[in-house]
Amino acid sequence: MEVLRDIASWALLVSGGGFCMIGGLGLLRLPDVYARMHAAGITDTLGAGLILAGLMVQGGLSLVTVKLFLILVFLLFTSPTSTYALANAAHRQGLAPLLGATPLDSAATDHKDETSSKP
Amino acid sequence: MRRKRLLHSISLGLVLFGVWLLLSGIFEPLLLGLGVLSCVIVVLIAHRMDVIDREGLPIHLGWRILTYWVWLAVEIVKANLDVARRILDPKLPIHPLLVRVKASQASELGQVIYANSITLTPGTVSMQVAGGEILVHAIAREMAEDLERGEMDRRVTAVSERAGGEIA
Amino acid sequence: MFVAATLALLVAMGLALARALLGPTVYDRVLAVNSFGTKTVLLIAVFGFLTGRPDFLDISLIYVLINFIATIAVLKFLKFGDLGTPGGDPGSDREMAE
Repeated sequence: MEVLRDIASWALLVSGGGFCMIGGLGLLRLPDVYARMHAAGITDTLGAGLILAGLMVQGGLSLVTVKLFLILVFLLFTSPTSTYALANAAHRQGLAPLLGATPLDSAATDHKDETSSKP
Repeated sequence: MRRKRLLHSISLGLVLFGVWLLLSGIFEPLLLGLGVLSCVIVVLIAHRMDVIDREGLPIHLGWRILTYWVWLAVEIVKANLDVARRILDPKLPIHPLLVRVKASQASELGQVIYANSITLTPGTVSMQVAGGEILVHAIAREMAEDLERGEMDRRVTAVSERAGGEIA
Repeated sequence: MFVAATLALLVAMGLALARALLGPTVYDRVLAVNSFGTKTVLLIAVFGFLTGRPDFLDISLIYVLINFIATIAVLKFLKFGDLGTPGGDPGSDREMAE
């Protein structure tokens, strides 16, 4: 029983960590702010959810699990709000999103953004 | 109306005390008393600030919000896998685009739930909510099309509007 | 197994930090810092289990809320230049829509 629980928890924690890394990788790879928000969303939803679920399996039926659940609930309520605030602020400030099929020269577009944002 | 406010105040107090109890985990008379006292103070302050209403404490959503959350969780997992696949692909097959989707919810609370659900699903981020429409940034065409099919919109409307036919 | 999760989180935090340093716009940095904060919350929670001290969860719980408020505060500061003035009134969203 204990072994089974450890295996489940291990799988959840490792896959959660993996999704967090994918989110971080997306944060680096994707071409502009709006696209990067999707990558941050991966970390906030599935990455956090899987890691906290893995910890909940370890916690069992106790107040520790309740606290972990509350962390997840707070995270899921606050993350879309702050992402919306960020997207809306960037949009109102006139930052145009990069549209259409993006070629693989994200470094070049980064460079262009930098020169245009510094008057 | 007054009776409704009282109902909201009491349920806010109960929710606060429940959270307090779960976070403290100590069941001694003195601490329980202090917990009750702090909850009452918070409810009084919230009453004075006039934030106890349907938006501040949407108890009218009831259990329907739970079934919606289950559906949303499945959608989030599916969208996560899709976006993760795109990020890991060496060719980075993304095609960002902006779409306007209709938010058919009459109440602001319903529109907020819809916009936040869109943002919470990776692959779509709501950028502006105005005039019954949401401006959405999608990372690929398929995700925008999923959204335009309007299933999420229908479900949020069903969750937020069917409550007694009255609109906040 | 907690060590594996901790290492994965540290790598992810490094990636977010790289984005925060690279920029290029200030919104990229805010997004990266917000994501960094989320991973910090997870790291604190996992670290509590790693060291066998579940008290860390309370810190993690508070950090979620602080992270949210910090992001909103930075965005408000960017927009208005100070934190004292009340934000846009409820109608301003509709006025600003084209």
